[in-house]
Amino acid sequence: MTTRIPIVENILSANDRMAARNRDLLDQAGVYSINIMASPGAGKTSLILKTLEALNGRLKLGVIEGDLATSIDAEKAAAAGLPAVQINTGGDCHLDAAMLADALPTLPLEDIDLVLVENVGNLICPANFQIGTHLNVLVASIPEGDDKPYKYPGMYRGVQVLIINKIDLLPYVPFNMDYFKRGVEILNPGVVTFAVSSKTGEGMDEWADWLVERVKNNGG
Amino acid sequence: MHELAVTQSILDISLRHAGEAGAKRITDINLVIGQFSSIVDDSVQFYWDIIAKETIAQGARLHFNRIPGEMTCNACGHTFRPTDETFECPACSSVTVRITKGEEFRVESIDVE
Repeated sequence: MTTRIPIVENILSANDRMAARNRDLLDQAGVYSINIMASPGAGKTSLILKTLEALNGRLKLGVIEGDLATSIDAEKAAAAGLPAVQINTGGDCHLDAAMLADALPTLPLEDIDLVLVENVGNLICPANFQIGTHLNVLVASIPEGDDKPYKYPGMYRGVQVLIINKIDLLPYVPFNMDYFKRGVEILNPGVVTFAVSSKTGEGMDEWADWLVERVKNNGG
Repeated sequence: MHELAVTQSILDISLRHAGEAGAKRITDINLVIGQFSSIVDDSVQFYWDIIAKETIAQGARLHFNRIPGEMTCNACGHTFRPTDETFECPACSSVTVRITKGEEFRVESIDVE
C-alpha cells in the first residue's frame, strides 16, 4: 500500500537556511560581505589586492578564498597584510553556505568592516548556492569574450554588481562592448557596472569609493 | 557540476519527511525542476543509486517533472516561451522581460510504503 506524502520543499532549502544564519552572524558583528564570482583567470585575486590598494585604509578587510585545491590565493592575500582563510572544496565546483559557516569564525570579525569572499572560478554552479553574503559580484574579463552573458545567463542574472576587468586589453582583443552590454541588460537590467583594469588601476577608485559608501550605508 | 550536493539534499529532505511519517520504504520521489535550473537528470540518478544505498530510499525511482521556461514582457505584457537564441519579446521586440516560469527546483512529494 503506497501513500503519497506532499512535501513542496526547495531542494536547496538546507543551504538557504545556513546562508541566512551566516548573514545573521555577519550582521551581528557589523560586518559587510561580498561574494565575488567569475570564471577561472578573470582576475578575482588581483582585483581583491587592487581593491585593498584603492581603499587605502578606508575599510578593514578580511578575505576568504575558495579553490578546489592549494592555498596560493590566501597566501597572496596574507602577504598583502590581510587576515585570510583558505577553503579547499576538494573538488566541489562552488562554495556553499556550510563552508562559509566554518570559515567565518576563523576571521577576527570584530576587527573587520568588509569580508571579501572569492568563490571557486566557475560561471555555473556558484550562482545556484547562496552563501549569505550581502552582495553578489561578478567579475567578467575582456579576454573571455563578449558572448558570456548569453552563455551563462544564470550567473549574469543573479548578481547585483558587474565588474568588467582587463579593459586595458580592449585594443588587442575582439570584444564588442555593445553586444556584451545588450546581453547584460536583457538578463539584469540596470545592474551596477564598473569597468576596470587591475593592471593599470583604471576605474579602481570609482569601484572602491562605491564600496566604501555601500559598507557605510549598511551601518558598518 | 554540483549534482552530488543536489542529490544529497533531495535524499535528506525525503528521508526526513518519510521518517516523520513513520514510513518503511520510499518508492518514488517526485521532483519539479524548471528549465532554467541547471541540473542533469542522469547525473542525479547516478549519484542517487550510490548515496541512497542502505537507506529506506534505496531503489526509489526519481521522477523529473520538467517545467518549460516562460517569460513575460515588461513592456507589453505578452507571455511567451524563450528560444535558445533570444529572450526578445516576439510581440513587441522589447528585451525587458522577466522569467515567470522555469526556476522551480523542489521536492514536490514522495510515495512511501
